[in-house]
This record gives sequence, C-alpha cells and structure tokens, in this order.
Amino acid sequence: MDLSAINPILLIAAMIGAATPILLAAIGELVAERAGVLNLGVEGMMITGAVCGFIIAVNTGSPTVGFVAAAVGGAVLSLLFAFLTQIALANQVASGLALTLFGLGLSALMGQRYVGIKPPRTEATPLGPLADIPVIGPIIFGHDLIVYLGLVIVAATWATLKFTRAGLILRAVGENHDAAHALGYKVKRIRTLAIMFGGACAGLGGAYISLVRVPQWTEGMTAGVGWIALALVVFASWKPWRVLLGAYLFGGITQLQLNLQGAGVAIPVEYLAMSPYIVTIIVLVILSSDKSRAPGSLGRIFHASG
Amino acid sequence: MKFTTLMASAALALGLASGAIADGDEKTKVGFVYVGPIGDGGWTYEHDKGRMAVEAEFGDKVETVYVENVAEGPDSERVMTQMALDGADLIFTTSFGYMDPTINVAAKFPNVKFEHATGYKRADNVSIYSARFYEGRAIQGHIAGKMTKSNVVGYIGSFPIPEVIRGINSAYIHAKKANPDVEFKVIWVYTWFDPAKEADAAKVLIEQGADVVLQHTDSTAPQAAAQEAGNVVTFGQASDMGQYAPFPRVSSIIDDWAPYYIARTKAVMDGTWESTATWDGIGAGMVGIGEITDAVPADVKAEALALKAALADGSYHAFTGPLNKQDGTPWLAEGETADDGTLAGMNFYVEGIEGEIPQ
Repeated sequence: MDLSAINPILLIAAMIGAATPILLAAIGELVAERAGVLNLGVEGMMITGAVCGFIIAVNTGSPTVGFVAAAVGGAVLSLLFAFLTQIALANQVASGLALTLFGLGLSALMGQRYVGIKPPRTEATPLGPLADIPVIGPIIFGHDLIVYLGLVIVAATWATLKFTRAGLILRAVGENHDAAHALGYKVKRIRTLAIMFGGACAGLGGAYISLVRVPQWTEGMTAGVGWIALALVVFASWKPWRVLLGAYLFGGITQLQLNLQGAGVAIPVEYLAMSPYIVTIIVLVILSSDKSRAPGSLGRIFHASG
Repeated sequence: MKFTTLMASAALALGLASGAIADGDEKTKVGFVYVGPIGDGGWTYEHDKGRMAVEAEFGDKVETVYVENVAEGPDSERVMTQMALDGADLIFTTSFGYMDPTINVAAKFPNVKFEHATGYKRADNVSIYSARFYEGRAIQGHIAGKMTKSNVVGYIGSFPIPEVIRGINSAYIHAKKANPDVEFKVIWVYTWFDPAKEADAAKVLIEQGADVVLQHTDSTAPQAAAQEAGNVVTFGQASDMGQYAPFPRVSSIIDDWAPYYIARTKAVMDGTWESTATWDGIGAGMVGIGEITDAVPADVKAEALALKAALADGSYHAFTGPLNKQDGTPWLAEGETADDGTLAGMNFYVEGIEGEIPQ
C-alpha cells in the first residue's frame, strides 16, 4: 500500500469533473419534478445530447457550439416527452422509459459515422493568475466553463425556486396542479418549459461526457449516469444544494475508489466499487430525515376538465 | 401439467422442429452474440470483422445474424435461444460470461452447433476457442519495461478471470526482465465496455505516476486519456486502434478471428463439425501484433520483434521458469514451461506483483 501515490489536489479536481455530468442531469430533472413531471427519460436525453454535441463540435471545430447543440438536442428530444405526457396525456413512467430507449437507439444511429474520431479539445477557462495559486488554483480555478456553468445553474435554480414569483408558480404547479390551474396559471405550458429545461441540462451533461470526460463517441457511452441522476434527485429531497452535495459525493468516491485501487489498498475491490452508491445513499437519506417530501402532483396527469 | 408449462414445451418443441427444418435449407445460418457494440473499435469490432469475412467467403451460401450489446448472464441465454429458434446452424458466443448460458442453451438444441470464446466448458455441440493473448502481452510487457521512465506501469483490468490474470502476469514477467525496477498498478473496473469508467481508470493511473498504461477493456477511451496526458504510452487492445498511432499507441494486440470462423462455418456446411478446443497464438495467426511505431527506439523494437518470432515458432514460451507465485512458493523450475491446464485456470499473480486478485 502506498497512499502517498494519491495526490489529494488532483483527486479533488478530478472529483469535480466526474460529478459534473451527474450534477447537470440531476438539476434539470429536479426542476421538471418540482413542476410535477416525472421524466424517466434522462438517460435518453443525455446520450442524445452527447451525440449531438459531439457531431456539431467535430463539424464546427468548436466545443462551445457543440455544448449549445447538445442542450438544444436534449431539449428537442424532451419535447417528444412533453407532447406525449402533456398533450396526449400518456402515462409519464411509460413515456419516460420509452424516451430512454428511443434516445439510446437514435443516438447510436446518428453517431454511426463518428466512432473513433477525436473531438476538438475543450480548454480550461482562462482565469489567468488565479489558476496558478497553489492548492486552490488547480482545485477551483483549473476547470472548463461547463463545470462553472453547472454550479451557476444550481445556484440560479435554488434562488429562482426560493425567491422569485416564477419559482413560486412552478412549485405551485408541482404541488397542486388543479389549484394552480384555478388561479389561472398555464399548467401545461409551465410543465413543458420545465421538461425542456430538464432536457437541455441532461443534454449538456451528456456532452460533457462525450466532449470532455472520455472524449470520443461510442454507443451507449453514458452507461447509466442518467439513472444515477434520477435517483439522486429523490435522495436529495428535491433540493438543489443537496443535489450538488450528492453529485460531488458520488463523483468523489468514484474517483477515490479508483485511486485506492491504484495505491493497492487492501480493501476488497467489490466493496470499493459499490462504495459510491452506498455512501451517497446513506448521507442523503440521513439528510432527508427532516420533513421534506415529494411535490404533491409528481407524476400525475393534468387535464383541465378535472 | 400446468397450462403455461404446456405452452412453453409446445413452443420449445416447435422451435426444435423448425430448427431441424432449417438444417435442411441450403443456406447455412450463422449467429454471433456480441458483448459490446460493433463500433467499439476493439473486441467486438474484430469479431464482427470475422463475421463479415465469413459472408465474403461463402457469399449466398451463408446467412449471418448478430446481436450486439448483449449483457452477460440470463439476457444472453434469451438471445441465444431466439437465434436457435430462428434456425441458426452455428452460433458463436463471443465473451467469457456467456459460458454457462451457452452450455444451457446448447443442451436444449442438440442439433445446433455452438462455439464459445475464451471459456473452458465444452459439450458435444459446444466447441471452445480462444487466442493466446498472453503471447502478445509478453511483447507489450517488454516494450513497457523499456519505455517507462517512472518505472510505474498501469494496467486496467476488466474482470478477475484467468484470461485477464494471464495477461497481467505475462506482461509483468517480461517488463521485469526488461527493467528490474518496474512496478505494476492494477485497477479493476468490472466492465468490458464503459468508456467513461475506462477513461477515469486511465487518468487515475496516470495521476499516480504511470507512464505506460495497458488495458484489458474494449474501448479506445484509455487511449484518448493517454493522448490528453501527452507522455503516456499505450497499446491497442483486441484491435489495432491505429487512430492513436504513432503515439500514445506504440503497438497493439490484434485478434484475427476470420480464418477460424471461416473454417468452422465450412465444417458445419460439410457436416464435419466436431466439438473441439482451439487455443492458437501468434504462430497460427490468431494473435496479431500491430505495427510497432517509431516512437519505440529501434533496438527495443528489434528485441520485441525477436521475441515475437521466438513465440511464433515455439522456441520460447511466455511462461518459462524459474517463476514463483506471488506468495513466494515455487511454480516453474528453471527452463520448465507452464502447461495449458494451469494457464487456462490461472488464478494467481506471479512473484513481484503487488495487490490481491479480487475473489
């Protein structure tokens, strides 16, 4: 065993990178669920975002344009879900699962000619001298723009939900859609927008995997991150900062267990491999022992005649 | 008999009957079960090249079908059963974890021939085949030992099964011969194909000082991670991965299944198919060594090619004594070579490798 081989600075920096795709997907799903929509299609929207972002980034040579395309791709796919659940009034669970299957297939089709290609490199944000500060520099200021964007989205989501009228309306729609409707709010329009926001965030998260984390395109490359994000929203009791905590915990322990393996720590690998799931669940379950609960109308279909 | 069991056995009987009828067809139907996508650029990609070679060889006389991304375990049993019911005459199951499912399905379809890759269980209608990848690992180990400056070699393991452990041992033995100070760091990722996880494992190994990364997983993600790091040497796994040449990828192990697949399909057509155990290496051409690029110094390249030649003509065995097991107990005496039985079930590290094999 040689723990000195683990560099804590690089470990924390890697943790932040590893957490970003989960964080983005989870915060988008959080907004959708706070509006009362249970979208199980996160994995499908992520992988679609991953392939859209990859294709556009390769063809334009700009990762930034790629990320924008990924958000658009995820949002467009989520419109399908919005159509099924808000207009055709289909079951949300079934529609979400269908969206995941559809997204996986569609992305494999779109990405066929892009296997084995290298995308343009996503540069670290030019923060000048800040990145040269010892310890803090590489941990906090050495990342690409999407990492900071993820944090900004979390903060903005929290502030919007808590302090603004728009956030209040969104929560009202999620808690009791009949009451919100009676007050004159456009339940379907608000939910559609929330679904699209969720799709855009999931798409960004997917593109972060295909453009930064891996970086290349392979079929099925999100490999279940979308499902982890979904679970995280529940365990975080639909609270933005807890989603952030959960994502960092999960990303951090994933990185830590790989580091411990590399350093030859004598803990059976199976325990290390399951540790991210277990620790994240335990911490968030303990946190959610307060009175937090699911939005009242979560997963229920709204029809104006009701 | 319960109604459901009745229906199930009726369906099965119908399936057997239709399978028998299909045997009478002129076209020979060959099925392939893949563990990853055919676009993985590694393991499954090479098997699919073998499938296309079968089509090219026999043209209209053969029909091939494949299913990709089949999870190891019960799901694969369902896919194989479906293939057999659809009239396949010969089914190749191309991953270690399909071993028991292949045996189970084969027992239900005695007229269908099965070929299972990298396993060790046979039956009257189940052959096994594999390649001596460890011969290629010996060459990689030699180059790795010569190329590393930090003396730390990273190794991404998939599952702790004999095939993977053999590769680690073979690479280590030859790296150690080339460079007595070399140290191996092994990370198990418990997947054959998960680009994000493979990339993470590669990055961690690099962060911990490895400047050579060997992988026993199927995607090119570790190659991309090494390229990003800039000064890390990698080797193509299962396929050439030539898009990462000349650096970081300095050589590769290439699986060439095409001659075997063609021969076995021919045997089914001729009615000469028998259950066999095939384990071929560099000599028979089942294991290819991809071009060693100019990033490798000329003398090291020459040594590697000499090693390849010796492995190919059988004058040298990759596991030649004196070798001890990890705990120091003697395994092979001076000049003794490992027998295939021990190699096939290898579940121990050789002396010098640190860490434990997960049980």
